[in-house]
Amino acid sequence: MAEPPFGLLAELTHRCPLHCPYCSNPVELVRRADELTTEQWRDTLTQASELGVLQVHLSGGEPLARPDLPEIAAHAADLGCYVNLVTSGLGLTEQRMADLAARGVAHVQLSVQAADAALADRIAGTRAHQHKIAAAAVIKSAGLPLTVNAVLHRANHEQVGPLIELAERLGADRLELANTQYYGWGLVNRSALMPTEDQLAAATPVVRAARERLAGRMEIVYVVADYRDAYPKPCMHGWGARQLTVAPNGDVLPCPAASVLPDLELDNVTRRPLAEIWYESTSFNAFRGTDWMREPCRSCVRRDEDHGGCRCQAYLLTGDAANTDPVCSLSPHHDVVTKALAATSEVFTMRGVS
Amino acid sequence: MIAVGARPRMRRGVLLRYDRVRERHVLMYPEGVLVLNDTAADIVAHCDGGATVAEITATLRLRYRGVRDNDVAAVLDRLAGRGMIEVDAHG
Repeated sequence: MAEPPFGLLAELTHRCPLHCPYCSNPVELVRRADELTTEQWRDTLTQASELGVLQVHLSGGEPLARPDLPEIAAHAADLGCYVNLVTSGLGLTEQRMADLAARGVAHVQLSVQAADAALADRIAGTRAHQHKIAAAAVIKSAGLPLTVNAVLHRANHEQVGPLIELAERLGADRLELANTQYYGWGLVNRSALMPTEDQLAAATPVVRAARERLAGRMEIVYVVADYRDAYPKPCMHGWGARQLTVAPNGDVLPCPAASVLPDLELDNVTRRPLAEIWYESTSFNAFRGTDWMREPCRSCVRRDEDHGGCRCQAYLLTGDAANTDPVCSLSPHHDVVTKALAATSEVFTMRGVS
Repeated sequence: MIAVGARPRMRRGVLLRYDRVRERHVLMYPEGVLVLNDTAADIVAHCDGGATVAEITATLRLRYRGVRDNDVAAVLDRLAGRGMIEVDAHG
């Protein structure tokens, strides 16, 4: 029997004023007309809370694109959930932030694309940077803890030092420097996003020194893409183990990228109770536990530790979601990862712009 | 180890609540949830930035038998290590 989930990633909309080429949203974006209504989101949150969800990440796209965000946030907070707003900061005025804080938003995660404004705007595909600086001030004046999140890739990896200084200036409690994960638009642009060995080597001492200098003031999380690791990441802490994602149209996903898996029959929260989807659905049971595993995972000592890696990555890179994540050096398909590390391109395909 | 005279408090953005589904107290923080046992929950509930570690230990002794001098401080150390609890530098 599975345990109840702790977290719900609520993708309120796929609409976003930014066009970042590393976006983890699916390449097939949900249209506005297909988004859940306010009442459907309220009902989803109620069901999630009854199921055991304690943490709600209001995300997107840009969640501020939904005029009913305050009502949705208030409902989640009233249920006793920890409400985390994940935003680009565009449209976050002092008034809106004060209102959201009063309604129970507990923490804000703000994205930045680079420390240099011109570079940041080039990556975002719009003039976004100045609005982010303003948004950070608004978050701080509302008295909320702030996490600054910067996705790293080849076009901004040299900015690790300046990004740390920017986060300090913005008063961040926490800085996430997360290398791109290659899903959705990120996979489309992989050969332009993959950092070089030199970039990664240069960043390591910068991050180490900043962590020492800022200990107790600002936490720095630094994540390198698992393509260079010997073993895969313990994706989602296991399939259907701790978290679920509800897409803008109500599709319920075991992981945010799972809509790419063609054989996975997704249930929708408007047609089936959430608890039934979590415990009984084909999709949530497809890769739960270890019974689905093949070799080399099946007999591997690490199988309960990394859960075979990421099912979506296995599908995207080998064509079969039940294969060992090819990031694993024990995978018979590991060469696809080695080859991807060598491929380079300079051209971005911007999200939502063709 | 945390000083007996220190006055611990929950860090900003950390919330303590009782979860009816798991029937346990939990600490909720920006990136996750920490499920607490009853004694840890009792300790955290007293971390208001006013009570000292010595005072919290004394309070816990009224409720639990066999609380040793370092027990409360050890729990607080672990919670501080996970970013849940903080004390002022001069505390």
